[in-house]
Order: sequence, then C-alpha cells, then structure tokens
Amino acid sequence: MRLKKPPAPRTSLSRTLVERLAKSLFFLCSVIVILVTLLITLFLFREGLPALLHVPIWDIFAGTIWQPPAEVPKFGVLPLMVGSAVITFTSLMFATPLGLAVALYLAEFSRSLEREVLKPLVELLAAVPSVVFGFFALVVVSGWIHGLFGVGTRLNALNGAVVLSLMVLPTIASISEDALNSVPRDLKEAAYALGSTRLQVLRGVVLPYARRGIAVAVLLGFGRAIGETMAVLMATGNAAVMSLSLLTSMETMTAAIAIEMGEVVFGSLHYQMLFFLGILLFLISSAVNILADHIITRGRVA
Amino acid sequence: MKERLRESLVVLGLRSAVFVALAGLLGVLFDIVSKGAGVLSWKFLTEPPMAGMTEGGIFPAIIGSVYLVTLSLVASVPIGVLSAIYLAEYTKQSRFTRIVDVSIRNLAGTPSIVFGLFGLGLFVNFLGFRQSLLSGALTLACMSLPVIITASREALLTVPNEFREAAYALGATKLQVVRRVVVPNALAGILTGIVLSSSRVIGETAPIMLTAAAFYTPSLPSSFFDRVMALPFHLFVMATQSANPLKTAPIQYGTALVLILIAVGLNATALFVRARRRRIKAW
Amino acid sequence: MVMFPKIEVKELRVSYGEKLVLKGITLTIPRNEITAIIGPSGCGKSTLIKALNRMVELVPEAKVGGQVFLDGEDIYAPDVDAVTIRRRIGMVFQKPNPFPSSIYHNVAFGPRILGVNDRAKLDDVVQESLVRANLWDETKDRLRENALSLSGGQQQRLCIARALATNPEVLLLDEPASALDPISTAKVEDLLRDLKREVTIVLVTHNMQQAIRVSDRTGFMLLGELVEFKPTSELFDHPSDSRTEAYITGKFG
Repeated sequence: MRLKKPPAPRTSLSRTLVERLAKSLFFLCSVIVILVTLLITLFLFREGLPALLHVPIWDIFAGTIWQPPAEVPKFGVLPLMVGSAVITFTSLMFATPLGLAVALYLAEFSRSLEREVLKPLVELLAAVPSVVFGFFALVVVSGWIHGLFGVGTRLNALNGAVVLSLMVLPTIASISEDALNSVPRDLKEAAYALGSTRLQVLRGVVLPYARRGIAVAVLLGFGRAIGETMAVLMATGNAAVMSLSLLTSMETMTAAIAIEMGEVVFGSLHYQMLFFLGILLFLISSAVNILADHIITRGRVA
Repeated sequence: MKERLRESLVVLGLRSAVFVALAGLLGVLFDIVSKGAGVLSWKFLTEPPMAGMTEGGIFPAIIGSVYLVTLSLVASVPIGVLSAIYLAEYTKQSRFTRIVDVSIRNLAGTPSIVFGLFGLGLFVNFLGFRQSLLSGALTLACMSLPVIITASREALLTVPNEFREAAYALGATKLQVVRRVVVPNALAGILTGIVLSSSRVIGETAPIMLTAAAFYTPSLPSSFFDRVMALPFHLFVMATQSANPLKTAPIQYGTALVLILIAVGLNATALFVRARRRRIKAW
Repeated sequence: MVMFPKIEVKELRVSYGEKLVLKGITLTIPRNEITAIIGPSGCGKSTLIKALNRMVELVPEAKVGGQVFLDGEDIYAPDVDAVTIRRRIGMVFQKPNPFPSSIYHNVAFGPRILGVNDRAKLDDVVQESLVRANLWDETKDRLRENALSLSGGQQQRLCIARALATNPEVLLLDEPASALDPISTAKVEDLLRDLKREVTIVLVTHNMQQAIRVSDRTGFMLLGELVEFKPTSELFDHPSDSRTEAYITGKFG
C-alpha cells in the first residue's frame, strides 16, 4: 500500500502556529534562568539595602562587634568577615595542595586501573551532603582536635577548616585534573623528543599550560568554601569574635544568616542586616565567577 | 640515577597526598557507616520520632525530603529541559545565549544560604506562600536549574547531526525533529542530569531551613502549604540542639547514614548510567 | 509524446555567506529517468541536489536565488512550505544514516510524521517500502532489531526504503554508494533501475562508471557551473566542452 500524494505545496497554517508556539515556549523557559538570577539580585537588594538607611556604613564595615540582639544592636560585619576569611583560607591551605596532588597524580602518574577507581570515587565523595560533614566535625573531629591541642573550645575555626577542606578538595581536584588533561599531547611529546625527563616536562610544559585552569580550580574552591553554610555552622562554635587564632570559636557570614534568621522579626533591622550579609555573599560569589570567567577567556588563544 | 630517584620521590609524595585525601574523605564515610549501620532497620525507616525525638524513627523526615525533591523536580525539569532545547536546537551562539550562560554559571556558584534568602524573600514573603513545602520546593528548583540545563544541553548537542538531516529530508518540521529524533536520543544524558541534581538537592539544608523545614510536624504534609520535616534539617537540629545527645546519637548517625546512602546512591546511579551509555552507544 | 519535465531549474544561485557556490544553474530533469550529476570535489553538485528539496536552507548563512519548479510550481515561492516539498522529494545521503532504532521504526518514521498512526496501515507501508528497496526478504524477520545491526549496504537500502515510505515522486541520492563495497553498490544500482519506472531519480556521483551504468542523462559540473548536460552516452562519447572531455579522460579529478 502506498501513501496518497501529499496535498499541494502550500503552507499549513495550523502547523506553522504550533511550530511558533513551541519555539516561544522553549524561549520563555530559557528566559526564566535569566529571570531567576535577576530576581535573586532584586530580592537581596530589596530586603537588604534598606539596612543602610538605618545603620551608618562605617559602623557596618568597620564595626568589630556583631551583636544584633543587644540593647543597642551592633552590626559590625568585620568579625563575620574575618571568621569567613580565616576558616576559608585555612581550609584552602589544606585543600589546595592535596587537591592539586590528587589531580596531578590522576592526570600524569596513575595507572589506568587506579584512575578507573579513583576518579569516580572522588566524584562520589563530592556528593556527600554538607550537613553530614558538619555532623562529623561536631562529633568526631572536634574530639581529635581537643585531644591534640588540649586548649580552647571544642568547636573552633580549625574544626570547621578541616572538614571544609575535605569538602572543597574534590572540586579543586577535578577542575585541576581537567586542566592538566587538556594539555595537548604533541606539546608534551615534543618536549620528550628533545630529551626532557618526566619531571621536566611536568614543570616546563604541563604546569605552565594548565596554570590558568588550576587557578580557576582554586578560585572556584574558594567560592565554594566561603559560601558553605552547614558544615561551618555545626563545627565552628558560632561566636562572632575577631580573632586569628584557629582554636577559638568563630562565626562565618553564612552561619550568621542561617542561625539568626529563625529568630528575627520579618522586616526588622536585624532581618534587613541578614539580607545585607546575603548581598555581600552574593557579590563575593559573583566576583569569583567573573574572575574565573576572565581567567578562562583571557587564556583562550584568539 | 638521580633523576629516577627524584621522580620516585615525587610520585611517592603525590601518592601520600592522595592517600591522605582519600583517608580523610573515606574516614568520614567509614565513621558514619559503622556507627549508623546498626541503627538502620525497617522500623527506623518507617516509624515517626517518639518520646520527644529521643526514640523512634525518621519516617516523616524521609517523606518530607521525598516530597521536597519531587515537587522541585516538577518545576525544574520542564523549565530546565525546555530551556536546554531552545539553547541547543533553536539558536546559535548569540548575545542571548551568552547572557544565559553567564546566568547559569552565576546560579551554579551562588551559595546555598543565598538561595535560602531568595526563597524567603520571594516565595515565603512576597508571594505569600509562607514557610511551606511549596516555598522550599521552588527554592530548590531554582538551585537545580544550572545542573539540569547544562546536562540536558550537552546531551542534546551530542546527538549526531546526521539524524536531524535524515528527519528533515523526510519532511519533518523542526518540532518533529526535536520531539521524535533529538530528545529521545538525548534522554540518557538528560536523565543523568536530573538524577545528579536530585542527589545534590536532597542534601541541602540551608535553603530549606529558611523556607520550608520544621523540626517536628505532628502529621505528614497534606497540602503544599504545610511545613515539612526533612532529612538534612533533622540531622542538623538533632546534632546541635538535642537535649539528650547521648541518647539521640544513634538516631543522628542513622539519619546521617540514610542521607549519605540516598545522595551518594543517586550520584552513583547517574555516573553508572552515564558510563554504561558511553560504552554501548552505537553512535 | 512530450512529457512535462519533473523538475526545472532556472538560474539557481546558492551562496554560503560570502562564497558563491552555485553560479546560475539551469537544467531540466525529465520524469521517470535517472539523471546523474558528476564533477570534481567542490564543484557544487551536492549543493545542487540539496537545493532541489530545500535542504540547503538548513546550512547556516545559506542564500538561494533563482527558481526550482516541481511539476511547474516554484518550490522557492514565498508561501511554499519546505516541509511539504520534502515529503514529495526523498533524499538519501552519502553515509547511511538510519536512526538508532528498529528497522520498522526507521521506515515508519516518514508516514508517522505525516499523521499515519493506524498500525495496520503502517505495517503495510513498511512492508511495501522494504519490498521496493529490495530489502524485505533480508529484514522481514528482523523488523524489531536495531537498524544499526545491518551491514553498510543494507543500511543504505534501508535509508532508501525509509525515503520511499512517503511515496515520493522524486528521489535524490548524494553519492549513495561511495561508502559501500562493490556488491552492495551493484545492489543499489539495480534498485535504482527498478525504481525509475515510478520515481524520478537524481543521482550525484563521483564515479563516472556508475553514471554510465545507471543514468539516462548526465550533467557535468565544474566550479559552480553546469558545463554540459546531455543524454549519458552522448556526454561520454562526444562531449562538446573541452573541460568535460578533460574530466572524463581523467586529466583532473
């Protein structure tokens, strides 16, 4: 049986309508992503900026006391920013060399069987929820640290930094590994052909070529670390003090928002200040992204 | 040879670092599995908490988490996949696609607590949904978009062009080509993205803390506007605010283990499907 | 009896961006014959054939000028839907490209998108198309198997069956046998000879022997121009243009 000859070649109106509708629907959905990003910015600023009307900027950024529930509320964000900074940078101090080492090993030195096991393993470990890491820090690591150092409170910055570094490690490792793997084979082969040793090729060819990708990896690790909430919330003691000592309790910006939001009155100054902290966090993470983008695009050969 | 020695030392150093890293990560798992495994039982998973949260199970938390994730998927999957279809099939590199890409990357890097604030501002307060399953799910949906869109788009772009050509030559319209040829062949990749995003979302605490979660609800949620219990929040509160930490320690470990099993299990499933697909793909 | 030509091409120009690929082609394709287009790489023969069913429009930045008449109607007229044209003109590609699904699904694809959903009807059309493509005996017991389990030659005949399922009036083939072994090639050529009784066939080939074996009329293209277009035996025995002669005698490839 054969199909009838199709009708004369004129446009079918209903079909064009359906096609157009479909395309519009798909388009609208992709607009939603942009919309969400804009809405986040909008609402953060909407709820957070008004705080500036009531608290002088100087008190916010130079104030060393964060004590919203006090009789005279204090909204100095410095303790929180210092807390975030200390914990984040400490965690990076552990995570960066470890992450890079894992990446280097996977990319250059591991046997294929090892790689088949290690790589998925690292990816899977990245799937462990942050609250579990926080739990582990609270219950186990704090005990170790206390046992090791003896002094100070059990929940402190070091506690948070240690688990945070474990959380950030897979990120740094996998992005760095991608960067190392992207080194063109012929570049390495040329170096070998000139008589270079393995380490020389590594130092002279691979690492320089991949340095942008590695920088991005560390940068994104930083972004993840400074944005982390639950693990540090459960591990660091949440005392908004300004200190550089790892064995004291500290509080990060993220933790402050998470803890205090449950107790504020909607629309109050405290509420607005917490949103203001959110603005700061959002600006930091946006800056990280922009910087990472910049590094990548600058690295592209025109 | 000196060079050999140097190289061996470097490899040794790297190996040790890998060992430390793995030991750290696996140590966490090991601790939780060993202390939590004994707690897991059918009763634990199907009973509600009792005696002021010091006994019983975590059933409502499991249900709440399932509801949250499922409802968030209802929102994020259609939007995410349809967006990906537009980006992959209906447009080429343009200013619009660049803006979308920037938005996606930005969303992906935004801290979860900021999403919580966003959900609080938009869904809870502005739209008046109050702290509820709905607010939480919508917030989580926004968090899921980057993963779903990126994975789906990649899956769509991987479908070879020759299939599209063949379909066009047979007189298919663009929509027919997308619906009948491209999407069916991209399904595995799209599903991988969905499962991966679910595995992330089920462990998120901060966003739902501000928009949905309650430590205790007297009954299972019956409407979208009810607050819900959820696994990560349950663990958090029990670990930090329990009146009797010794007694509740097993429950905490049990909850942590269930969370790990679900999150890592979903992730592993996605990776496995992706790896298998890569191996058997006839094209 | 003078028959209306099936396809008339008038001053067809195609450019990809800045580059002019077809420089004003005029030719007439008679119905129920096999017309071959030969020429060296880059001469534009693939572009020509793609312009006959408006597939060329899918190339980004492609611009088309001139007219192509199918049974007297210009397929490039503003209100003509490319989709309807492509349902009347089938195309087979150089590299066999069956969908990664069952043999049945492949052949049924065309009718399905035309709106045929009745199972019995589809079964009929699938069988008929596979019969016309000389593939029925080899596949009748394997209709549910994946099309990619077929050999290269079978896949190409499957693509022909798939194209035939919409009952097209014209079949365009872009170097259909270049990826096939000689035996499969022979099968495809036999098939074409059978089909021409009902379908007008346009065949692009880089294989001159194939053109001689199979086609009634041949056109020689060079650098975007149609140099000569004649009955096949005349073109190869008495080419009027020196460029044609040079190509035929192998002076350039």
